[in-house]
Amino acid sequence: MTQTQQPIRTAGTTPPAVALSGLTKRFGPVTAVDGLDLTVQPGEVVAFLGPNGAGKTSTIDMMLGLSQPDAGTAEVFGRAPRTAVAQGLVTAVMQSGGLLKDLTVGETVELTAALFAHTRPVAEVLDRAGLADIAGRRVGKCSGGQQQRLRFAMALLPEPELIVLDEPTTGMDVEGRREFWGAIRADAEQGRTVLFATHYLDEADAYADRIVLVSGGRVVADGTAAEIKAMSAGRLVSATWTDVAPAQAAELYGLDGVEDVELRGDTVLVRTRDSDVVARYLLTATTAHDLQVTSRGLEDAFLALTTPPTTLGASR
Amino acid sequence: MTTAVLPATERRVPPLGGFSLTFLRLEVRRLLRNRRTMVFTLVMPPAFYLLFGGLSDAYRTDSVGRGNVSAYLVISFAVYGSMLANTSAGASVAVERALGWSRQLRLTPLNPVAYMLTKVLTAMVVGAMSVAVVFAVGLLTGAADMPGWVWVVSGLVAWLGAVVFAAFGLFIGYLVPSENVMQLLGPALALLALMGGIFVPLDQLSQTLQDLASYTPAYGVGVLARSALLGTGVDAGAIANVVVWTALFAAGAVWRFRRDTARV
Repeated sequence: MTQTQQPIRTAGTTPPAVALSGLTKRFGPVTAVDGLDLTVQPGEVVAFLGPNGAGKTSTIDMMLGLSQPDAGTAEVFGRAPRTAVAQGLVTAVMQSGGLLKDLTVGETVELTAALFAHTRPVAEVLDRAGLADIAGRRVGKCSGGQQQRLRFAMALLPEPELIVLDEPTTGMDVEGRREFWGAIRADAEQGRTVLFATHYLDEADAYADRIVLVSGGRVVADGTAAEIKAMSAGRLVSATWTDVAPAQAAELYGLDGVEDVELRGDTVLVRTRDSDVVARYLLTATTAHDLQVTSRGLEDAFLALTTPPTTLGASR
Repeated sequence: MTTAVLPATERRVPPLGGFSLTFLRLEVRRLLRNRRTMVFTLVMPPAFYLLFGGLSDAYRTDSVGRGNVSAYLVISFAVYGSMLANTSAGASVAVERALGWSRQLRLTPLNPVAYMLTKVLTAMVVGAMSVAVVFAVGLLTGAADMPGWVWVVSGLVAWLGAVVFAAFGLFIGYLVPSENVMQLLGPALALLALMGGIFVPLDQLSQTLQDLASYTPAYGVGVLARSALLGTGVDAGAIANVVVWTALFAAGAVWRFRRDTARV
């Protein structure tokens, strides 16, 4: 497992899109971000994946200059985040809110455009976001999907080189999510750097070139979806084992490759790198039956990497 | 889409901290779109002028300083309207914070000083409208009588002096993050207007209240706006009242703003 990925391009001409170093944020006794290091190169599409409370939003806030780190540094294209924001180099789509209900869609884009030194023409942006037909509609009367398209249109106005999306599809239906990500992917193909926070594994798997897994305010894994899955390679063996004593089940730890054993009522779940050994043992040396072997997906990797190891006996 | 992404070296920061007339225009339009604000600032003050007897025969004939009592009422309710308009415009930051719009604006080049300046200018535009409406009603109904220059001077003072309430609105807006902040401010402003001698002349209150009143934020602008009509000259204490309260509210707004940005 690598903590930081090798730069895709050779270092030199352009600074990284995002460079976080030892980033730390505390809220009273809680350390939300705990010495986080991350480098994103221009052109990458990065998923920032983690459970709620992993420190994703706190990290993004510091990346955008919305809050100050207690320790460490955050740079965007070699600049202080506030400078990068003021220059229109980085924009963001937040998960909810951030819109005035009493402005129309067109006025909202016009207002945002007026604040930047350089933007695409308002009419073009409205058209491209599919908002031209509802430009005269009050934002408060727009559907959630329309509001999200508006946020996206506002974020694209200054032609940022980096766009940050904080859980952008929360509350969207399946079709809305697919369309949204289609637009993001199309945009990224033009060379824009995209960093999105999500807790949807399938989104990270399907739309990101690279997944950065965060937990407890730190990067716990970093790589492509395939690499992340491989980090917790192995299979899950489950079987029905009636009236098993925890001590009996614990003997499974003695087998080669077994990582975790769990009892759920009459079912035993064994995470292992060698499923054959476990299957042979369970079917020959115990009364276990109805045995199943499944390979583990990103979700298992996610769980394995973001939850502390557990020991048998403490049934979950 | 043809994304000719602008090279980083050509990226510029907008001048004047992102201040723009488009922003100001849309801010004024938003305020005019808000029905409650419209009632507060453009309907209530002239209605109060009429309700408080602005057209009564007694007030037409009783003279006060350089004009009549109706003129006194016109000036008082112009100050009241201007107070309400300024407070509403300033306090709109409360709604914007509640909606997350303030946070959204911080993802643009807009400088906080330019933002607050836009709010104050918005307050002044709507405040001017409020003063104009009360004055128009006073003029058109023919009851108020004072020399032309007194109309102009008292109108300007009522308009500009009420900027203390733009600062007040901003302070409250940063203090109370709620969409309903004006429901709180309506009664508070009525009380301040009473203590400022807007609804009734202060000499009708007890001496204790009068002494207390001279330290409240609506007192200074009220005295200054009426001084041309009453011929009392410029009251240094009233000017000090406006300056000190504006400074206090502005300092409070900046203090809360700082806390706000540290937390968000």
